Amino acid sequence: MTTPPALSLLVILPESILTLLASFIFVVEPFVPKKKKAWIGRLSVVGLLLSGLTIIPLVGRDITAFAGMITLDAYALLFKGILLLIAAAVVTLSFRYVRVEKIEIGEYYGLILFATVGAMLLAASTDLLSIYLSLELMSISFYVLAAFMRKDPKSVESGIKYFLTGVFTSGIILYGIALLYGMAGTTHLGAISAYLSSQEAISPLYVVAIILLIAGVGFKIAAVPFHMWAPDVYEGAPTPVTAFLSTGSKIAVFAAFIRILMTGLHFDPSHFGPLGDLKNWGWLLWWVAALTMTFGNIAALTQTNFKRLLAYSSIAQSGYLLIGLVAASETGRIAVLIYAIAYALMTLGAFATSILLCDKNSRGDQISDFQGVARQHPAIAAAFVIFALSLVGIPPTAGFIGKLYLFNAAIQEGFYSLAVIGILNSVVSLYYYFKIIVAMYMEEAEEERVLSVSRPELAVLAAMAIGTLLLGLYPEAMIRMVMTSVQIFS
Amino acid sequence: MLQLVWLIPLLPLAGATVNGLWRNKQFAPLIAVGTASLSFLMASLVFLALMRGEPTVTVHLYEWMEVGSFHIDIAFLVDPLSAIMLMVVTGVGSLVHIYSMGYMHDDDGSPRFFSYLNLFMFFMLVLVLADNYLLMFVGWEGVGLCSYLLIGFWYQRPAAADAGKKAFIVNRIGDAGFLLGTFTLFTTYGSLRYADIFPQAGIATEATLTIITLLLFIGAVGKSAQIPLYVWLPDAMEGPTPVSALIHAATMVTAGVYMVARSNALYLLAPFSMEVVAVIGTVTALFAATIALVQTDIKRVLAYSTVSQLGFMFLACGVGAFIPAMFHLFTHAFFKGLLFLGAGSVIHACSGEQDIRKMGGLARAIPTTHKTFLIGTIAIAGLPPLAGFWSKDEILAATFQSGHFALFGAALLAATLTAFYMFRLLFLTFYGTSRVLPEALHHLHESPQSMTLPLAILAGFSAVIGLLVGFPPGRGWLHHFLLPVAGAETGHHLSLSTELVLMSLSVFAASLGLGLAFLFYIKRQALPLMWTERVPGFYRTLCNKYWVDEIYDAMLIQPLKGFSHLLWRFDQVVIDGLVNFSGWITLQEGEASSIVDRSVIDGLLDGLSSSLNACAGFLRRLQTGAVQHYFLVMVAGVVAFAIIFAV
Repeated sequence: MTTPPALSLLVILPESILTLLASFIFVVEPFVPKKKKAWIGRLSVVGLLLSGLTIIPLVGRDITAFAGMITLDAYALLFKGILLLIAAAVVTLSFRYVRVEKIEIGEYYGLILFATVGAMLLAASTDLLSIYLSLELMSISFYVLAAFMRKDPKSVESGIKYFLTGVFTSGIILYGIALLYGMAGTTHLGAISAYLSSQEAISPLYVVAIILLIAGVGFKIAAVPFHMWAPDVYEGAPTPVTAFLSTGSKIAVFAAFIRILMTGLHFDPSHFGPLGDLKNWGWLLWWVAALTMTFGNIAALTQTNFKRLLAYSSIAQSGYLLIGLVAASETGRIAVLIYAIAYALMTLGAFATSILLCDKNSRGDQISDFQGVARQHPAIAAAFVIFALSLVGIPPTAGFIGKLYLFNAAIQEGFYSLAVIGILNSVVSLYYYFKIIVAMYMEEAEEERVLSVSRPELAVLAAMAIGTLLLGLYPEAMIRMVMTSVQIFS
Repeated sequence: MLQLVWLIPLLPLAGATVNGLWRNKQFAPLIAVGTASLSFLMASLVFLALMRGEPTVTVHLYEWMEVGSFHIDIAFLVDPLSAIMLMVVTGVGSLVHIYSMGYMHDDDGSPRFFSYLNLFMFFMLVLVLADNYLLMFVGWEGVGLCSYLLIGFWYQRPAAADAGKKAFIVNRIGDAGFLLGTFTLFTTYGSLRYADIFPQAGIATEATLTIITLLLFIGAVGKSAQIPLYVWLPDAMEGPTPVSALIHAATMVTAGVYMVARSNALYLLAPFSMEVVAVIGTVTALFAATIALVQTDIKRVLAYSTVSQLGFMFLACGVGAFIPAMFHLFTHAFFKGLLFLGAGSVIHACSGEQDIRKMGGLARAIPTTHKTFLIGTIAIAGLPPLAGFWSKDEILAATFQSGHFALFGAALLAATLTAFYMFRLLFLTFYGTSRVLPEALHHLHESPQSMTLPLAILAGFSAVIGLLVGFPPGRGWLHHFLLPVAGAETGHHLSLSTELVLMSLSVFAASLGLGLAFLFYIKRQALPLMWTERVPGFYRTLCNKYWVDEIYDAMLIQPLKGFSHLLWRFDQVVIDGLVNFSGWITLQEGEASSIVDRSVIDGLLDGLSSSLNACAGFLRRLQTGAVQHYFLVMVAGVVAFAIIFAV
């Protein structure tokens, strides 16, 4: 089980690059003149892409390092790639935003890099301790990032709220981990799984530990009833941070959660017997999924703030993703991964639209800011239509393929009611996404607004739109990639 | 060669994308015409390869989705049936593109126009090349969308915008039928590929097959403008004339016929559906022809004529004569495309005038248009040896042969009417005294060459194509070509004498129509007025198109509107009430929780330590206590789950 140190370092090579770069940014930041801060952002994108390049030679390897804490497999690599791309997009989207909001400080980029490192390690962790540590690295970066517009009370509120609730959740997760450790005598997922198969009866404490873990994870992915922080934090945080929080952070936590469930807890359809038997705690996830979808969509209906609306939408999307976990089959896992990729594209795209609309006079986060956009900037409006179609799940978009797989996974495992709830919720979601489209196409702007859109932002927007369409029209390559990456669980 | 067939739809798509993004007025027509012609070139090569006897192939591009047993490929089927359609779509399509260069020259939106037109080509080609019903549906919806966009191209005009909406909504009814048919197909056969379904068509019961074919036919009725869903097509004439020629005459509206012919293996096993198809087709043919008798808008006459001709094609399908149906589709594409483009040229010459009462005597002013229009008229009227005669004669013969004598009689009457209204149109437009308004008179001019060239080419085809591919009747080249895919058993051939009698009947019908039109509109021009006075009720019924639009409005649209209004009220009162109620509940809950906060939580904190209390107080001032509220919910959630699952 011991891996030579050199090989261990190879396993975390992409993360090491980012860590070094982030540290470098923190050191040189004070020496960079105010006018040149933009270079730090550009450097960060280069670093992220460089880190992405180092993934390529690692493809196909399967190494465990650091005494079984961190692993390098197809599953981890897929998520690392996705997270790096998300981070690169977020940093690019920040260039103009930080200037407009007057928060052009190097640490901003450094913190994003640290959050990325945390997210990437989260996807690669195979031990509850390393999972917890990566989660904290990511979360602490986000606490600061959320409050980064420190002159804006809303941003400060957002940061403090996220911090308080986040710390509270850390306690819950740690408690869950401690209970599991107390029972199994180990925090390694593989060893926990071995311990569980040697046991015949299930102790109530074990279920309590699982409930605590699910509560902790549920908080991070904004699942009902652990979601209350999300709208406030999403609304107040700088929009690129919100975008990163709702995509990168959520996807990384999902990656870790799937690993815990599959590798550590042997989660499978046998956990769905009649209630009353301790073994059947699978229903817990079922209820969280159903509540999350329904609550998120209904609460989104009456929102007038775009970021708040997307926060509720993002809650609902977590609910859809949970459907794939409930199905607990290989199809379910594939579906979660496909939908996660689709979700990253369309959600980032939707936030990018809001960032593009942000200028000195308005933050671009009210639905009224979207009025008449179609007339002045038809390309931006058209891109948003693609994201909205995808979020609802209408072909030919990535979101459609993702939902198709999710609902199909649910139906294959016999969770008909969950699939029906999901489909009904998609119908509800049509209303609030199209409310924005209506504002863009059918309503007139109160005043003429000329946006100073920059090329990098437009490039990200275009990439997201093309990606969303492409994965809807030609999903074969993505599906094949996802299929190989979930092989590690079978 | 056949492996490259995917290039045929891809080229117009590339053109549409380039023109859609790069709206250059100068290059847009060139890009559009270039991609359309290249696509035509490729289609011709594919067609020639098939003619040389290369076997049918399925070109598998990639897997679109696979979920459980549901498996859909992006794959193109190249067989004689799709090859014929390829030729029609790309051939007429390219000519219409060329024609549009002249027709749309002065329009500011021409890049948009060409982008839509190219996009239409793409979807239409996907429709005909698809190797499964779902991909066909993608094309089916796509052409519907393009049709909507192009009918409403001049969206500043309310009539055009309304017509676009009408076409879209009416088509939705048909599309719903198609979609349900597709679902039923999948549940019955477990696949949507033609190659999986047709060979084992017989495994379904006749009842299931009847349901499937009728549902699919509803789709065809919508797309191909048959009774009762034909109402959108005449209104669609608000679009630019090249669009009417390409979409609403030559290609898109024939998609329904193509689909029925493609599904012939299913229809042949559902005799009841066949009867329905035949009867609907015949009734539509006759019904639309009578309306066309009195229309005064040059494009609307042609629109009703299209509806009527499509009826003939469905009649052929219904009596099992799929090859004659495709034959008529083929010839109709040429002469109806020609007539529409000719009408466009006339309208162009008359400065936008479409009313034939304000035309007349144009033959000398626009000679090329006149000559080609004349050829088109003779072709559609069914006078030998032009194209329409051969295909229409085959349909009539097949109807007679199948023993549907009533339908045969009705079809013969419709053929007579066709000749009558077409020659009426020709005479009123090009002959007699000029009734052109003075201000339009000195603008009168022949169209540019980019418009007359397509006219000449189409006229050439309309003249000879029938003889070329359809002679001798029932055994022509087209029959041999299509036999492997649409080869319904034709049974015993008619005897030569019967065939000759039928042929002369059909010639007689056409001549009768021609003669009557000559009598009414050249010889004794007082006759039409006399007749309208003699049967005023019938005349008014025809002029008002049997009041079908009004009946639909009263019976369907108004009740629907009332129902929507009711739902809206429901929304206002009940749903909004619920939302307000939930808002009220949330407020109350907030109140309650703040009381809990103040009394219970704060009390606890007070009891625990004053420093924590100070902290909580600080947070509450900053946060109005909401964070504690969040904690409360989270903990409540954990406790609730623990109670449910662990206790």
